[in-house]
Amino acid sequence: MTVTLERPGPTPRTGPPAVEVKGVSKVFGRGDDAVVALDGVDLSVAPGEFVCLLGASGCGKSTLLNVVAGLDQPTTGTVDRSSSRPAVMFQESALLPWLTAGRNVELPLRLAGVGRGARRERARELLELVRLDGQAEKRPHELSGGMRQRVALARALAAATGLGGSGATEVQPGVLLMDEPFGALDAITRDFLQAELLRVWEATGTTILFVTHDVRESVRLAERVVLLSSRPGRVVREWGTGVDTDPEELHGDITTELREVISAHGR
Amino acid sequence: MAAEDRPVLTEDRESDGTLDVGRGLDALDTPTEHRAPWWKRFATSVVPPVVAVVLFIVVWQILWASAIWPEFKLPAPGAVFGEIGTQLVSGQALSIIWTSISRAVLGFLFAVIIGTPLGLLVATVPVVRAAIGPILSGLQSLPSVAWVPAAVLWFGLTDQTIYFVVLMGAVPSIANGLVSGIDQVPPLLPRVGHAMGASRAQSARLIMLPAALPGFLAGLKQGWAFSWRSLMAAELIATSPSLGFGLGAYLNYGQTQSEMEVVIAAIILILVVGIGVELLAFRPAERRILRARGLATGP
Ligand SMILES: Nc1ncnc2c1ncn2[C@@H]1O[C@H](COP(=O)(O)OP(=O)(O)OP(=O)(O)O)[C@@H](O)[C@H]1O
Ligand SMILES: [Mg+2]
Repeated sequence: MTVTLERPGPTPRTGPPAVEVKGVSKVFGRGDDAVVALDGVDLSVAPGEFVCLLGASGCGKSTLLNVVAGLDQPTTGTVDRSSSRPAVMFQESALLPWLTAGRNVELPLRLAGVGRGARRERARELLELVRLDGQAEKRPHELSGGMRQRVALARALAAATGLGGSGATEVQPGVLLMDEPFGALDAITRDFLQAELLRVWEATGTTILFVTHDVRESVRLAERVVLLSSRPGRVVREWGTGVDTDPEELHGDITTELREVISAHGR
Repeated sequence: MAAEDRPVLTEDRESDGTLDVGRGLDALDTPTEHRAPWWKRFATSVVPPVVAVVLFIVVWQILWASAIWPEFKLPAPGAVFGEIGTQLVSGQALSIIWTSISRAVLGFLFAVIIGTPLGLLVATVPVVRAAIGPILSGLQSLPSVAWVPAAVLWFGLTDQTIYFVVLMGAVPSIANGLVSGIDQVPPLLPRVGHAMGASRAQSARLIMLPAALPGFLAGLKQGWAFSWRSLMAAELIATSPSLGFGLGAYLNYGQTQSEMEVVIAAIILILVVGIGVELLAFRPAERRILRARGLATGP
């Protein structure tokens, strides 16, 4: 399958950013053992944008994502989010093993106090969106790794968008934070899920901040690739993947820069 | 197809290949569950223990027939089952078993009522864990018979003595089971709950407790076994007309009358009740809970 970067054309991004990270630092521990995981990171993600955070292992990608998610507090700096609560998706699907796929998707709605009928209907819709129609009654252990990640995606979408654009209310596309969600999958399944994620993103208009250490994945998925350096984590450079960019060339550029960042640590 | 009325990406238009690959992956990777037919499960789970019991009785019969030991040491299987039979026919057996089972069940329920909040407290409050966690695990290895003399001195020959011994036997197991159940919950699950905005109460009710259920059930199972054991020890040692006539007292009666077939009949009844409760109550619950999570092993 060839990877194309052709998109329906650059969508104008209007309105305030969906996520705005300003001067965020994160230090773990104190004294001599202190680890500076992040140091003065600035990042702004427009509504509906798909941004990849790229960096070597241990550079603080997960830390930054957790700070954006509100699961961790930054040591200094601020995070502004337009949507109340971004949804998070991890490398493991983290589905609750005693609930069916449908109930797992319903869970964020249940926590938000949505009534049974409405949330069941929404879960059915979202499972259909990730092409798992008719699998709502299956338990996680009865699904393959790729299907579990799709259930997790549907659940994250439920968390990010609530009941969606039902009725006259405006669609709330929400913010999706993904921490190497396809990292534990085999190459073919990963390839398929990348295509699926792009389709879902197009269909929902969700803002996505996607962490990966795979350059090819970032070039394929993102509209904008942000490279983080390691210890301390800082934004080194960013690339846009517009219509006029050659993916192979971009892949080469980013790989060279990433190598540069990593080998700087050996010196 | 859901995607048709939505904006579609290049990949989709480019080929239905992606879709077919996706369907193929789903079909190939989905774990298939093999469940043997019922007669096969019956043959592998019920037949072996029945054969073992029959063999045991045959060997017993042969040993008895060879008359190595005198009759008062090793009675005939027939004599023992005859004793059980007459007790059953007279209705005496039911009354004896009921006396013991009703006590064990009541004691077990008390133990659950005390052990569950205790386990919750130990699992969630670090100070409490540091203070009584080790004692709780230590108590688990203390045979509860050791409490009988103290209980008799404290409460006299009353039902309180018996319930006290049962509680000391069962509560630590139940509390510890809940603690290890909660400890074994993968940390990712409460994190996911937190990320989805679960309040503390919601997280406890909808995530932690169901996640800890398998460990809690194991604790309950062990708690039942300890209740039953402790009860027998207490009934055997603390005998008095005021305490009623349960299985332990029946066993004690056999010993004082030097009636070996009564002694063995009592042991068999104690065993049958213990195994019966395990098979009828705990095994099915465990099966259901583990199977729903894909953790069930064996037939
Ligand atoms: N709770 C913690 N306490 C101490 N140090 C931590 C903690 N969490 C992360 N770190 C350190 O912070 C740095 C960044 O970690 P982080 O997990 O964010 O990296 P990452 O880019 O996500 O790596 P990976 O690609 O392996 O997932 C690492 O050096 C790590 O050792
Ligand atoms: Mg990480």
